[in-house]
This record gives sequence, C-alpha cells and structure tokens, in this order.
Amino acid sequence: MKIFVLVKEVPDTYEDRRLDMETGLADRGAGQVVLDEITERALEVALKYADANPDAEVVALSMAPESATSSIRRALAIGAGSAVHVVDEALHGADLGLTATVLAAAIRRGGADLVITGNLSTDGAGGVIPAMLAEHLNYAQATNLSAVQIAPDAVTATRETDYGSQQVTAPLPAVVSITEALPEARFPNFKGIMAAKKKPIEVLSLADLGVTADPAEAPQTILTAVSEKPPRAGGVKIVDEGDAAVQLIDFLVKNRLV
Amino acid sequence: MPHYESPILVLIDVTPSGAAAPSTAQLIGAAAQLGTPVALVAAPADSAKDAVDSAVAAGAQLVLTTDVDDGPIAVPIVDAMQAAYRTVQPDAVLISNSIAGRDVAGRLAVREHLALSVDAVDVARDDEGIVAHHSVYGGAYLTHSAPTFGTPVITVRQGTIDTRAKSAPEARVEKLTVEPSGAAVAVGTVVEALQIASSRPELRGARVVVSGGRGLGSKENFSLVEDLADELNAAIGASRAAVDAGFIPFPHQVGQTGVSVSPQLYVAIGISGAIQHRAGMQTAKTIVAINKDPGSPIFDVADFGIVGDLFTVVPQVVDALRGRKK
Ligand SMILES: Cc1cc2nc3c(=O)[nH]c(=O)nc-3n(C[C@H](O)[C@H](O)[C@H](O)COP(=O)(O)OP(=O)(O)OC[C@H]3O[C@@H](n4cnc5c(N)ncnc54)[C@H](O)[C@@H]3O)c2cc1C
Repeated sequence: MKIFVLVKEVPDTYEDRRLDMETGLADRGAGQVVLDEITERALEVALKYADANPDAEVVALSMAPESATSSIRRALAIGAGSAVHVVDEALHGADLGLTATVLAAAIRRGGADLVITGNLSTDGAGGVIPAMLAEHLNYAQATNLSAVQIAPDAVTATRETDYGSQQVTAPLPAVVSITEALPEARFPNFKGIMAAKKKPIEVLSLADLGVTADPAEAPQTILTAVSEKPPRAGGVKIVDEGDAAVQLIDFLVKNRLV
Repeated sequence: MPHYESPILVLIDVTPSGAAAPSTAQLIGAAAQLGTPVALVAAPADSAKDAVDSAVAAGAQLVLTTDVDDGPIAVPIVDAMQAAYRTVQPDAVLISNSIAGRDVAGRLAVREHLALSVDAVDVARDDEGIVAHHSVYGGAYLTHSAPTFGTPVITVRQGTIDTRAKSAPEARVEKLTVEPSGAAVAVGTVVEALQIASSRPELRGARVVVSGGRGLGSKENFSLVEDLADELNAAIGASRAAVDAGFIPFPHQVGQTGVSVSPQLYVAIGISGAIQHRAGMQTAKTIVAINKDPGSPIFDVADFGIVGDLFTVVPQVVDALRGRKK
C-alpha cells in the first residue's frame, strides 16, 4: 500500500504570527516556522499502519517554497520513507484551487492508495483541501476522523460530524483527514534524524506535473485588502481579598453584562 | 424557474433530525446582502420539510429540494449543489463553514471550476463584485478576498453575520432533478448525537461564553464552569488542556484548532491564556479572567482580571448572581 501524507510548514502558533501588509500573505520571514502539528499527527496514523505492515510505503507530500526543505526532512526523520516537494515560483500565493490542482497532480503521479491529511491547517484553516483532492482524484472521501483503522481495501473510522460521531467506511483509494483527537507523532530520534539525511526528496516543478498556473485559465481567489487590528490591552487586575466576587458583579452590572 | 435578480445560492445544512442548522438564518441573511436568496435543501425526503419551512422563514425566495440518502457522505449533496448551481446560475454560492459544508464547498468549486473563499466573517458587494471578509490569526488581521472572475463559492463562519432577511411567505418551493455523478464515496452510519445539555446556548454565536481550563482539575470540578454558565445564560467553552484531560468533549474547545467566538462577554476560568487559546476568543467585547497565577498571559487581554483561587471565587460569584435574581 502506498500512503501519501500531506505535510505543511506553517508559522509557529506559539509566536506572534504576521501577515505581509502588501500581499496579505503569511509573512514567512517574520518568525519561526514548524511542521504543522496536525500534519505530524496525520503522519503518525500512516506510520502506525506501516509499523505493522512493512510493505506499506509512506510518502510525505508538500507544496511549499524551497526554504521548507528542513521541515520536510523532519517528516522523514519522524519516519516517512520518502518525500515529494513541489516547488515553483509560480505557486507563490497560490489559492486553494491551484493548491488542490497541484497536490492532486502529484498524488496521481505517485499513484497513492490512501491520502492522509490534517483536518485544518493552523495557518490557512481552510479545511477544504481533502475534499478538493477527493473530487480531483475521484477517490472516496472521509474527513474529520478521530479514530482510524486502515485495511488493505478500505479505511474504517470514527468521523466527527457537526452533530456527533458516526462510523464510516471508505473503500480505497481514499482521501481521509484526521482531527487532533488522534495521537501526536512519535519524536524523531537520533537514528531517525541520521536516516532522514539519506532518504530521497523528489523535487517537482509545475512543468514536471503538467500543471499551469495561468490566471486566465481558471478563476482564482485573490486578496484585495488587508488591515491590522490594534492588539488588545489588559484592563483592571485585582487580587482576591475576599471581595473579588462582589467587585466582579459590580463590573458586570456597570457594563450591562448581567 | 422564474427569473430572480442576482440569485445567491445557499446550501442549508440539515441536522440528522431533519431541522435546518442554526446557521440557516445567517446564511440567508448574508445572501440577502448580495442579491436574492435561493436555498437548496438536500435531505432525506421524510425529514426535509422542517428545513424547507426554516429556509422560507429565514427569507429564501426560492427553495429547491431534493431527496438524498443519508448513508453516502458528501457526494449526493455535491451532486445536488451542482444541479442547483447550473439551474440557478448564481452570482455567488454561500455554504456554512461547517464540517459538512466545507466538504461540499471544496468539491463544488473543483467540479464547476469556481474560485473558493473560506471562513468568511462577512460578505459584501463592491464595484467589482462580491467580496468575502476574513478574520485572520485570531482576529489580529482583517482581509478581503475576491475571485479573479466568475462566481465565488464562499464558506461562512458560523455565528458571525447578524444581518437577517425578511421572512418570505410568498417563496416558491420547487423540486430539483439531480443526476447522480457516480463519484467514489464513503458510507457512514447514523450520527450518534452528542450528549450535550441542549438547553444551553450554542457556543458559536453565543452572547456570553464561560470557559474552563486545566485549572479546574477534574471533570467533576468542571461543573463549577457549568454553574456559572447557567447563571449567565452562557454557552460553555474550554481550553485544549481541559478537552485533552476529558473534562468536556472537543466541540467545546475554543481556540486555534477549536471554535472561534466573539461574544459580548467571555469568562476564562483556570485558563492560562496560551496564544492558541487567545486566537479563538480575543475578539470578545469584554473578557473576564480568574486565575491564581498573576503572571498568566490571559491577564494581558482581560478587561477584568481576578488573581485568586477559582474554587473560592467562582462559587461566590455564582451565589451572588443567584442572590440578585431573588
Ligand atoms: C497547534 C496547536 C493548537 C492548539 N490549539 C489550541 C486551542 O484551540 N485551544 C486551546 O485552548 N489551546 C490550544 N493549544 C494548546 C495551548 O498551547 C495550551 O496548551 C492550552 O491552551 C492550555 O490550556 P489551559 O490554559 O487550560 O492549561 P494551562 O496552561 O495548564 O493553564 C492552567 C491555568 O490554570 C490556573 N490554575 C490552576 N489552578 C487554579 C486555581 N485553583 N485557581 C485559579 N487558577 C488556577 C493556572 O495558574 C494556569 O494558568 C494548541 C497548541 C498547539 C501547539
């Protein structure tokens, strides 16, 4: 079985994340970047299957600027067998539509039986890429899974819907997305880090994938304005000396909140 | 189908019991800001009637209906939306940014080659067409997005748009013919409803939210949060640490990877205020924090902060509120 896991480098959520005020895009120079935690969890789902099924092949796939190589190496150090890195100048600021087209082309080229992604990235928070891939590839789709069982012909899983959970079966080939209810990824150990240096990263351009980013060909979503809100300031801070509850009620009453 | 001026196609999310989801009124309200709301109710035939009535009450001028099985996931609704899109030829498509909605929006955009904008907190029209407004990085930035050309598909964050359309008693209800695409599909069982006390307000769009964190210490103690929430008629939120510890289920998580809320009042109890938590609540109008550590970052955004033991302060607040009601 060939499993593609979508991995994404994102601005570290522990820091103040910034947008470029010219373009409205993430300001990649502004702070630390990390592999998105949810994509590490997705990788862990694939690795857990591979632990028990040595014939499984786990490929980390990322569409990202050239600078993302070290994040992709981290996916290899955690345990992916190889990686595909789609890099192209023309993808700078790519919208969801173009991103899905490119990722689908890379998955088609690699011939994946199963694609595992996070449910929502911490930067774009779109949560639509898995469904878009399923549509492009005509794969079965099961999003927002909180428990996953992979078998040679299907994925059975618990899916968190808007109203509660359900059991789902997705015949392979399939695209699934997972929630943060699934465990964190194993930590890359020394052996993993050393091995990652020798694992292959295939670097592909749009031309390699036969995709064009021609703005006349397909509509794209563009950012037309960006503004920054002033940061919030703290207000009153009291230390409880027995009357904090009374003071709080006064505050709520004064502000017409009760 | 009669002609409608600037039709805006809205997908109604239907709950397992056949009701229209709470997002219905805001989606149709948002559509009315842009043109004429046309709604699609794609649901099992025996349950769709309530949802149709809700769509009409919320102001849809035309409601298209089609019967779908509830086993196959997403695909039947995508097929129905595709048929509705081709029939209505809308200026924009609005879909709730729910789990079900995102699946449909993504697939429809691919299938019909449409530009996709996600998680809008408002929609508007300017000289060049339809614009979606987004709140980025926990509300630190506001951005606008628009399609280069064609009809945009926009998912709308739940509980963000206050505009409501006038009810449309003269609305037409028409059956839509849908050609199944035969796309590969996963199949699911009936949804087991979450065991959440449903008398409390929904977290999304709530006017008041009371949230608890790891400081509560246990699931039993989390009832303190519930007590205060009930006195304030509030929805219940939580930090990820509280969810991870099993104090309360995930749908209550506020923050980066949970729900984003903008209530009039947000009360954080035993929550440190990690940046990922603040990302989901710092656009609240008023923030109250109760935490025993004066250095907690939650105090940096709190309008009224109490440095104190939550096990002492919260019961006193609950008692005082109960006393006021008498
Ligand atoms: C990618 C990513 C996404 C994340 N997404 C989210 C998210 O969506 N939402 C979220 O909340 N977190 C999220 N987190 C986690 C976040 O970083 C914090 O770990 C989490 O918010 C901490 O929760 P907490 O404040 O309840 O716990 P803690 O940080 O442990 O804080 C507990 C607080 O309780 C106080 N306390 C303890 N006892 C008492 C007492 N008796 N009286 C008063 N105060 C007391 C302590 O002083 C402390 O400040 C995310 C992290 C990552 C990496």
